[in-house]
This record gives sequence, C-alpha cells and structure tokens, in this order.
Amino acid sequence: MTALTHLQRLEAESIHVMREVVAEAERPVMLYSIGKDSAVMLHLARKAFFPAAPPFPLLHVDTTWKFRAMYELRERAAREGGMELIVHRNPDAEARGINPFDHGALHTDLWKTEGLRQALDLHGFDAAFGGARRDEEKSRAKERVFSFRAAGHRWDPKNQRPELWRVYNARKREGESIRVFPLSNWTELDIWQYIHAEAVPIVPLYLAAPRPTVERDGLLLMVDDERFRLRPGEITKQRSIRFRTLGCYPLTGAVESRATTLPEVIQEMLLTTTSERQGRAIDHDQSASMEKKKREGYF
Amino acid sequence: MNAPTPPASYRPDELAARDIEAYLRQHESKTLLRFLTCGSVDDGKSTLIGRLLHDTRAIFADQLDALRDDSRRHGTQGEAIDLALLVDGLAAEREQGITIDVAYRFFSTERRKFIVADTPGHEQYTRNMVTGASTAELAVILVDAKRGILTQTRRHSFLAHLLGIRHLVLAVNKMDLVGFDRAAFDAIVADYRAFAASIGMADFTPVPLSGLTGDNVVERSAAMPWHEGPALLEHLETVELDQAREAARPFRMPVQWVNRPDAGFRGFSGLITAGSVEPGDPVRVVPSGRTTRVARIVTMGSDLPRAVAEQSVTLTLADEVDCSRGDVLAAADAPPQAADAFEATLVWLGEEPLLPGRAYLLKLGAQTVSAQVAEIKHAIDVNTLAELPARVLELNGIAAASLTTDRPLVFEPYAESRDLGGFILIDRLSNATVGAGMIRFALRRGTNIHWQAIDVTRAAHAAQKNQEPRLVWFTGLSGAGKSTIANLVEKKLHALGKHSFLLDGDNVRHGLNRDLGFSDADRVENIRRVGEVAKLMTDAGLIVLTAFISPFRAEREMVRAMLPAGEFVEIFVDTPLADAETRDPKGLYRKARAGELPRFTGIDSPYEPPERPEIRIDTTAMGAEEAAELIVERVLGGEWFPVV
Repeated sequence: MTALTHLQRLEAESIHVMREVVAEAERPVMLYSIGKDSAVMLHLARKAFFPAAPPFPLLHVDTTWKFRAMYELRERAAREGGMELIVHRNPDAEARGINPFDHGALHTDLWKTEGLRQALDLHGFDAAFGGARRDEEKSRAKERVFSFRAAGHRWDPKNQRPELWRVYNARKREGESIRVFPLSNWTELDIWQYIHAEAVPIVPLYLAAPRPTVERDGLLLMVDDERFRLRPGEITKQRSIRFRTLGCYPLTGAVESRATTLPEVIQEMLLTTTSERQGRAIDHDQSASMEKKKREGYF
Repeated sequence: MNAPTPPASYRPDELAARDIEAYLRQHESKTLLRFLTCGSVDDGKSTLIGRLLHDTRAIFADQLDALRDDSRRHGTQGEAIDLALLVDGLAAEREQGITIDVAYRFFSTERRKFIVADTPGHEQYTRNMVTGASTAELAVILVDAKRGILTQTRRHSFLAHLLGIRHLVLAVNKMDLVGFDRAAFDAIVADYRAFAASIGMADFTPVPLSGLTGDNVVERSAAMPWHEGPALLEHLETVELDQAREAARPFRMPVQWVNRPDAGFRGFSGLITAGSVEPGDPVRVVPSGRTTRVARIVTMGSDLPRAVAEQSVTLTLADEVDCSRGDVLAAADAPPQAADAFEATLVWLGEEPLLPGRAYLLKLGAQTVSAQVAEIKHAIDVNTLAELPARVLELNGIAAASLTTDRPLVFEPYAESRDLGGFILIDRLSNATVGAGMIRFALRRGTNIHWQAIDVTRAAHAAQKNQEPRLVWFTGLSGAGKSTIANLVEKKLHALGKHSFLLDGDNVRHGLNRDLGFSDADRVENIRRVGEVAKLMTDAGLIVLTAFISPFRAEREMVRAMLPAGEFVEIFVDTPLADAETRDPKGLYRKARAGELPRFTGIDSPYEPPERPEIRIDTTAMGAEEAAELIVERVLGGEWFPVV
C-alpha cells in the first residue's frame, strides 16, 4: 500500500505540527474542552509521542457549567493519557457567581476568555494547542495553524506570519505566545470518521438517548442538574436527543435524534441540513462575532 | 438553455442514506489532494469554488439560507443564488484591516478529499500565491473565455511553476458567454501552450467550463460535446498524487524530535518526506554520515511492517548513533548532501527590504541556521519574467541569489524535494517570516572547502597572552564619545599588560571598507566585515575594541552570534541626540542639518538602541575617564550587569 488515505494524511500533518511545537516552545499546553475535537486532538497527541506520554499538561478552562458527563470523561482522559490535568476556574467569576442565566455574554467573557488568559499567565505557557478547525465558520477559513499573540494575548491580525510548506516559524520573544491549531485542515466529517475508525473515546452526549429537555428561544436545552432555572410556563420533557457540539449546558442546543451509534450519527450528519455551529448561542450575534471574540483571546 | 442552475435545496448523499456502513468504508479509503485556484474575481474564481462546494454537498441548508439572503442583498444573479458569496465575504474583512493571505476551503467526493487554497487580494498577490502554492500539488489557472490569456495569467502560471506545482489546469471559464464555441477555446489553449513552453512547463490540462452554469465542472457538459478531456472535478479526482510519486524516491525523514521516555527507549520522530522504510533497512544519519539499520517502526497501535512518504512515525535504530533534531535519516546508499553555500530563488515577504550581508535565521525542515544573502544575482519581474539587476529585494520581489550559512545544511534541490529544498528566512529581531527560498544547487564553497584542522587553537593563543579574548563593541550616535572612551579603555588595558586592538572608522573606512558608502545595504556590509575581522582577532586571543555607530540591532546581534557565548560585550554609549549635536566634534551634524550629508544617523537615518547591552554608559551622568575605568573593571572581571 503506497497511497495513503485522507485520514492518514491529516493525522500525519497534525502529529507533525504537535512535534514541531514541542521541539520549539518552552512550555506548551493543550487546551482541552472535552468535546469531540479535543478528543481527537488528545488522541493524536498520544500517538505523536508514544511510547512517552505527551510532554505537556492538559488545561481545562472550566466554567462550572459544563455537562456532568463531560467532567467524567475529563478525568478519565487525562488519566489514560498519563498527563497532568490543570483545571482553571476564574476566581473572580466564581466569587461574583457569574452564570449563564443572569449574565449572558459576560458569562463567556469572564469564565472562558478571561479565565483562559489567567491560566496561561499563571502557568507561563508560551504555546497552547486548540482544537479549532477552518471549516467551522467562514471567517476561520483564513486562519493560520500558528496564531501569534503579542504580550497580553493580543491577537494582531496584521502581524501574522505567512506559512509555507510545512515549515512553521515558532520563534517569539518573552511575553509573546502562540496558539496552535493542529486540526486546521479537518472537517466535521473527518473528525467523525476518525473517531469511528480509531475508536476515540467521546462524551456519550454525542449519541442519542432520552434526556430531560426544555425548549427555549429556538434551542432545545438539556436540564442537566438542579441549577437549571425554569421560566414560567416551561416544562421539562423527555426527548431523544444528542449534541453536535458541547459547551456550557444551559447555552448548548441539542438536536432531536434517534442515532445511538456513531455510524448513525454520521449518517444523520450527512443527511442533515444544518451546519454544526447552529447549536451554539454564542454565534447567534453577527457573523463578525467570532472575529471579535478572537481578538479578545477566545478561541 | 444553460441557465444558472444551483438546485434550490440541499441534496443528501444517496449511499449515505441507503447504507451508511458501505458509505463509511468507501470514504475511509479516500485520498487527499491539495490544490490552488488562481485568478481574480473577474475571472469567476469565487463562483467556480462556490460551484464545487455546492455541487459536492459541502454546503449545509442553513448556510444556503444565509446565502439566499445574501444573494438577494448583495448578489449579482438576480433572484438566483450567487455562489460567489459562499467564498467571498472578504470585503468586510478588508475593512477591518485583516490581512488575508490564503483562505482554505474543503470539500470531498467519494474518491478524494480536497483542500482548496484560495488566494485573494491583488496588492499582496505574489506573497499570497506563493504561500498557497507551497502546499498545493495542482493549480487551476482561470481564464475568462472572452478575454483570453492576460498578464496575470502568465504571472499566476509562472509562480505556480516556480513553486514546483506539476499539475496545471487551464480552466477557460465563462464558456457560456462565448456560446460554448470550440474555436474560441482552441485559440486560448494554443496561446497558452506557446507561453507554457517558454517557461519550461512540461504539460497542462485545458478544460472549457462555466462556473455559473456548472458545465464541465462536476460532469461533462452536453453543451460542449467536442471537448474530449475530462470535466474539472473528474480530473481533480484522478490526477496522479505527488505522495505516490514521493514514495518511490529514496527514503528521507528529517528528525523532528528525539523520543526518550526512559533509558530503555530512544526513538526518532518525524514525517517521512520521501521513500518508504521497513525494519532492517540500512539508513544513514546526515550530515554525520553514520550508518545503522532501522530496528522498529513504533506507533501507538502496534509496530508497522512498513511506512511511506507523508506518514509521521517514530523509528528506533539498531545501534546507538548520534542523531538529533535537524539531522536527516536517509537511505544509506542514496543520502542527501550537506552544504553551506547555495544558489536559491528567493521570494521576499517582509515589509523591510532584504539586505545582502544581513544575518537572518534560515529554517529548512527541522534545521535552523544563521544565513546571509551573499549576493543578489538578479531580480525577476513577475509580469514580464525579465531579469533585472538589483541590490536589495522589496516586498513581493523575486530574485536569484547566493546564500551562505554558518553551518552545513542537509538539503536537496527544490525541484527534487519541497521538504529539503524549501526554506523560510526569519528576521532575527522581530522574528517575522520575511522570506521564502527554493534551493537550486549548492555552490562550491560548500562541497569542497573543509576547515583546516588548526593545531594552535584559539584557546592556546589566548592562554599565551594570559587573557580571555573579548570583543568590546561600542555603539551609539555620532559624537556620543565612543572613540574617546574606547581609546581610554585601550590605554588602560595596555598599561595592565593586556593585548588589545582598536578598530574604528579611521582605520577601517579608509582601507578595508573604502568601497562602501552609507546606504543601508553598505552599512550592513561595513559591520559584517568589521565583525569578521574582529572575530579573527579574538581567535588570535586579542581583546578587540570597536567604535562604530552600528545603528542597526540586527547587525550587532549578527556579530554577537559569530562569537562564543559571553565574548561579545555590547557597550551602549547613551547620549541624547541634542547633546551629541551640541558637541558635534567633527561638524557633521551641522552638515547633515544643512542637507550636505544624506542618511546621517539620528537625523534622517534611524538609530536602534540596544535592548539589553552588557554595559550602558549614560554620558549625562558619567565622564569619559570614569566610564573607561568602569568598562575595564567589568571586561576583565567578566561581569555584565547593565549599569542603570
């Protein structure tokens, strides 16, 4: 066999990127969000450095509002990877009781954007792997694999470096850092195919099951714990649902589905009529919202 | 009639609907092709890419809905969907000041996954296209059937060819506007064939099509039965992949990372760039030349019996040989060469022009070395392909140049290997990627000159003089007092029985460097020569003092990098410009202000102060005598804490 498949090529490219970062950065870290893209990224990292454990920690920037099933997989994944797990919760957001019900956009800003900056500064990480893909949104199509941040995590769109061949320039000065996206060239379908082919462990919420749900503002939300506040007139209803992306449970829309196996999920995805980001409340503003978030340090 | 025909709704894949397991099996054996599209909006490039995405179902219904809205508001196709809007959306980004060099799009068919590099933008075209082309193995050159071959068609083709793309598709678009006329198409192809031959392009595949109507894009068009070749997508799905071709070449794997989890395991990790490898194969470590055999091909699942080009693997070797990041593991009987002088084609990507003689970092594969452009042979006009004389290279400029590196570089000519022949140049201070280069061949210095083994070493020279060699580098504005202080320092060293020598403008500009003026390029060369001379003197064991304005950080850092760590002592003689101008010992500022001395540092040429000098002399707080005392004490004592 000489012709490699597209998944083999994508895998090789991602592994190459990770090894390059580890060779050139002083203190790399992998941002681990527990979603399917993170799962694939972690799996690739384990392959890249086998038989050693990946030579960097996992960082979860927690909001305290993730699905319970996500927290369970998080502990297991770090243990199986033989990696240190760093969980950071913005103490300021914690003290002020910031939550998705009362604080809207501030919730994401404080817990995620500000929390990420705090964690990177606190540990002095100079390179952070993220699971973003170029096919997620139109504005990401032009993203570099290595995204440079000036001191203070400022993303200066005018100061990004051209990327030629597979020669990545990872040099930086003190205080500067890089966000690295090894899955840049993967699509949602590639991710699912790879999870299927490699039996990558994922959060069960990606597969359909009867779960307690509430319909709100056009989104189908799951009532994952007792903190969920029902509005007057709202009732909880068991529905067979699954998720295409995972985030804070009160902000993440589910889809009704009967797909209980991976092939069925892939089948639904192929036959479905909506793109995956539709289920995220965060994008519902304007199309430029991603761009704005990134300048502020969000992924 | 071929009206614009995007179907109104999303078409699901039939096999996926019927038998998902069969679909998955089929799609797990897909291959991957990366290609590039070249052309401007006028050529219908965005419409063609939009058409490919749409007809291969890469677009979801919510995106189509958004597109329908957009089409009504901004589109150019009346009530019909404007496919170009799927990929455009760049105007808004431009307004936000975002530089777009390349946008990547994805779609796939049953046979292949495709990554499309779309290079918009007109101003930065060369830089963008070179970036996109560097990872592409096929280029689709768009031509408007009504307008034929234009200057930009030639420019796109030249750049694609320069970057080593072997498969060119001449997509003659908007055939619907010329009535699908065969003669119009044939005339354009004949024109292009003549041009292709002139730049040494072996072959190309012409396709008459219409992105707007979809003719000959996905399926062969009934409107052009005379076209005997494939439709565009058909060609993209079947063209021979570089990966298969690379796999047939001798084995190469640049070592990225040495994997040592414990004393019992030592693996060499990298991406195989050419050939294949099996346990037992003899391999050579280049440049050291040591040979051994491959023991295992280690992966997380299980060891592999064979690995091929484009796979990332970890190899263990049968013997304990020295091998580290930057080395290349290669077929023992056909290794690549190592050299330290090259002729290369350079493409300049930086805002600041390339200055010959300035030291840049050069990264090729996993190797990073210090490199200088020795000479620009000629620049190439990308529109006319004419060779022009040039002393510097500006943004988007292309040139043939000779380069030297401070260490031998394992390489292959770019025409044979993109991975071992393509490099980037990095600015030492800003760390920006400022240039891209493609090695054509090694120059003789590299292959034939070997360093003479010297019996009387530099350590022996220094020991005989009972001192540590140093290069004490004074920098500062004209009139700051560099020469005055340096002279005092030398007198004191001499009195202490130390062996020293002072290099300054007086003894260098009139002899060694009398051919140099005061352009930026000449200033760089001036400092480079001074650095080389000073280095030889430190090899002889001397304490060398230099007093030059040396206004650019990059050159001072270059000289620092020439010497062993700790030998370069940078002394910043810090004087406010107003003070220096008031002093004006040689009357130079007066002349400069009068316009008689162009490019005078501090007046109309910049001075870049050191960021972390070993010693800073604040002349407003310290006299020359006191400064000299302090410098002598610290140079001999070896303490380099900056004086605040």
